[in-house]
Amino acid sequence: MNLYTRRLLINRLGIGLSMLAMVFGLVALMWILWILFSKGFSAFSWDFFTQDTPAPGTAGGGLRNAIVGSVMIIGVTTLVSTPIGILAGIYLAEFGTTSKFAATTRFVTDIMLSAPSIVIGLFVYALMVVTLGGFSGWSGSVALSLIAIPVVVRTTENMLRLVPASLREAAFAIGAPHWRVSLSITLRAVKAGVVTGVLLAIARVTGETAPLLFTALNNQFFSTDMSQPMGNLPVVIFQFAMSPYDNWVQLAWGGALLIALLVLGINIGARFLFRQKDKI
Amino acid sequence: MSEAADTGQVDMHAANIKIFKFQDMVFHKITLLFALIVLAALVGILASLAMEAAPAFKTFGLSFLWSNVWSVPDDEFGALIAIYGTVVTSVIALLIAVPVSFGIALFLTEACPTWLRRPLGTAIELLAGVPSIIYGIWGLFIFAPLFAKYVQPYLQQAFGDVPVLGGLVAGPPIGVGILAASIVLSLMVIPFIASVMRDVFETVPPVLKESAYGVGCTTWEVVWNIVLPYTRVGVIGGIMLGLGRALGETMAVTFVIGNANRIRGSLFAPGNSIASVLANEFGEADPGLHISSLFALGLVLFLITFIVLAISRWLIHRGTRKQGS
Repeated sequence: MNLYTRRLLINRLGIGLSMLAMVFGLVALMWILWILFSKGFSAFSWDFFTQDTPAPGTAGGGLRNAIVGSVMIIGVTTLVSTPIGILAGIYLAEFGTTSKFAATTRFVTDIMLSAPSIVIGLFVYALMVVTLGGFSGWSGSVALSLIAIPVVVRTTENMLRLVPASLREAAFAIGAPHWRVSLSITLRAVKAGVVTGVLLAIARVTGETAPLLFTALNNQFFSTDMSQPMGNLPVVIFQFAMSPYDNWVQLAWGGALLIALLVLGINIGARFLFRQKDKI
Repeated sequence: MSEAADTGQVDMHAANIKIFKFQDMVFHKITLLFALIVLAALVGILASLAMEAAPAFKTFGLSFLWSNVWSVPDDEFGALIAIYGTVVTSVIALLIAVPVSFGIALFLTEACPTWLRRPLGTAIELLAGVPSIIYGIWGLFIFAPLFAKYVQPYLQQAFGDVPVLGGLVAGPPIGVGILAASIVLSLMVIPFIASVMRDVFETVPPVLKESAYGVGCTTWEVVWNIVLPYTRVGVIGGIMLGLGRALGETMAVTFVIGNANRIRGSLFAPGNSIASVLANEFGEADPGLHISSLFALGLVLFLITFIVLAISRWLIHRGTRKQGS
């Protein structure tokens, strides 16, 4: 075999294997989605959305309390983490180009983006559950906020940095104060990007299970009281999937499909929103 | 008269500027305060974990880290079993994920038709967005049974008689266990590593690649001899990011690792990782040594991932900064 054929063969092999890797990734995604649909879709029914989680051994039931609980916990998380994340992001972009403190904050934010979420659950347990004397929806929201904030901070900062300097300089030149420039000019210019960041943060926390295990815990009954343990989809899925009851496992699949649809929907929506803005 | 009007205007401007300065100062301090929250969270996590873990370290000393006893009835706790499970599953996951991610990144940057790049890249990023509990439930109900039926018996047939490998595949093929957890984990980290690799591959100056193509290199040779050496630092950073993710992953592992507090040589045997022990036992743990030991495990996990992620960030930073220079 001469040199050229060998090089050609190695090339074909390498590219072939890389295609195989790509196919592997796509097949994994398709397989997981297909299984979710085929197992979970049959769980969707009127009862699924209007009944509460069933007691052990009783037939039927739905996930109403868990869905409402999840929506409330994530709603509070969004309300808490959006302003904190955006303002911290503004600080890093506006005042933190050179300072050591900003560099440290940026570093810590990057670490927190990938920090084990279960450890954040432990932290909030020690911080709130022990001191306030019990599991609660509030502590679940705090735990999720700690995961969401870094996502918002980083996207906000990255977006703000994309604003052309001329735009800011024009605003400064007509005598606008710094806060006016950053809130009314730069932040407005990247509105779509910041909203994307918030959406991605919501998508990220929607499926988070580990931090809720020790904070919001779970509640078998319908409750809108955030100071009490609260039902939520991820923990219900975890408990029901591990249970021996067929209808529980069925509900877990339904819940998993619901979460996956939400998360993928938000992800795709966020991309679409951002790309629309890109074109202008 | 006109002079008075002028000074009046100047005074007004001066007053305005004073107000603006004050407002800017307030704005600066407010945003600073919110940036501080992020830092405070990290310090708070470390402090609270250390405080809660103190009783365990006081009782067992540093040998907590390498003691392989985890017995709730005897109130005897050691971290080795969980650390072993965490490290072994993460390392095997990386062994699978790194070549696959490299292939995906190579395909997306060099071999893929341009119109397919965006949709395929998006698909990989969506895979990264799938919540870990979905991987867990899929791993437990779909993957593990198939693995037990179609893969494990053949692995045992093939390697059962080989001296070292035989030990790794010993035991009943029940699906759930260290190896199954590693494979599910590898699926989870592939998108993260592949995205970072793709991003750093794109920082290679086109001139470099074009000159290599110009002297007649094949695509593979360009990637292997030009792109990879140029982006080495960033690629390692991406791998470390995947490692950091794998070490701390909870739900995907808890579902499929089998949850047994023993160390067995076999990769088919059930085990436990730090995160899965926490997920399973924390809710029902009695206050006292058990809870404290669980906090100590959490502290160990946080410190390990912190170090890994810090190295990863530093490397990725170095890897992507090249772009400008």
